[in-house]
Amino acid sequence: MRIILIGDDQLAYFLSKKFVAEKHRVTIINAHPAEAIKFSHQIKATVIVGDGTHPTILKEAEVEKTDLVLALTSHDEDNLVACQIAQHYYGVPRTIALVNDPAHQQFFEQMGINVAFSATQILANLIEKRADFEDITNFFAVDRGQITVTEIILHEDSPALQKTLQNLELPTGALIGCIIREERAFVPHGWSNLQIGDRLILISQPEHYEQLLEILTGKAE
Amino acid sequence: MKKSLYIAVIGCGRLGAILASDLSKQGHKVVVIDVDNSTFNHLSKEFSGFSIAGNTAEMSVLESAKLDQAEIAIAVTGKDNLNIMVSQLAKTVFEVPIVLTRILDPAREEIYQKLGLTTISTTKISAVAFLDTLQQKLNVLNVNS
Repeated sequence: MRIILIGDDQLAYFLSKKFVAEKHRVTIINAHPAEAIKFSHQIKATVIVGDGTHPTILKEAEVEKTDLVLALTSHDEDNLVACQIAQHYYGVPRTIALVNDPAHQQFFEQMGINVAFSATQILANLIEKRADFEDITNFFAVDRGQITVTEIILHEDSPALQKTLQNLELPTGALIGCIIREERAFVPHGWSNLQIGDRLILISQPEHYEQLLEILTGKAE
Repeated sequence: MKKSLYIAVIGCGRLGAILASDLSKQGHKVVVIDVDNSTFNHLSKEFSGFSIAGNTAEMSVLESAKLDQAEIAIAVTGKDNLNIMVSQLAKTVFEVPIVLTRILDPAREEIYQKLGLTTISTTKISAVAFLDTLQQKLNVLNVNS
């Protein structure tokens, strides 16, 4: 399958890697030159620097021969326009868009986007379903275990307490996707710090999981 | 335009401020939305409508502007894609009868005109004005020479 990914963050990076591993032909469109160069070194994909919502850039990415366009930027308007132009102007059969504002989900699908998904909504649903949890909960394994999603709770003996994420030196291939503190969930930044009782949603490749757990809990599983 | 209409102007840059001020002066009920509240300084003294500071890419901001009650929506932020999304939201979700969309990029404008938006490309209009004025100047030169 030929896939175009528009986006410049971890989500675009991990997804492209996964698609390449599955032998798909991947083209990434990234608006930031420095990020694009990094991507091109790390992933066996065509990387184009530019505005992925512009017809000229999409054409350069050979959008007419593409089976699927995924728009994953942090701006809903860009995701919508990229998918609409791909679909209605260039005839791409399938489009998937990230919606940052969950209230846009239905509207996107009404506008012809095949799938509009909200990360906020997915996480919120997961959390609601897991009212009862133990210290570590295996949520699920993505694609035959290439990525695992787990939840842990931080106790007073955690060596990570009061540290910011950027000081933790998490292994590449592992990240804290969400912090749940006093029933509020948020996506952390590098400067977010960790506190007793925090519940963390971890997204990790299995080979880095143990190291990640050790950094956060002080003990390996 | 005798009847007073409820008009939402999205984006309060130079263009948005002129439109909002003028429509307000004509006696319409105008609400203007912009993410940056310092832009409201652009509005003229005669402006008697409402202003809302908020990100227009967020559904709740458009709801707080009571877009569902608007008869007209005009999307004139500096971002083409934002104008496109807000206009489509205004048409399909809030069912605003008249929606005008500013699109700077002619390539995008052509596509969205085909997709049913009423678009105005200020870039194209400026180009035409420049070329017309230039032609007039050249005509004068030719007459004089």
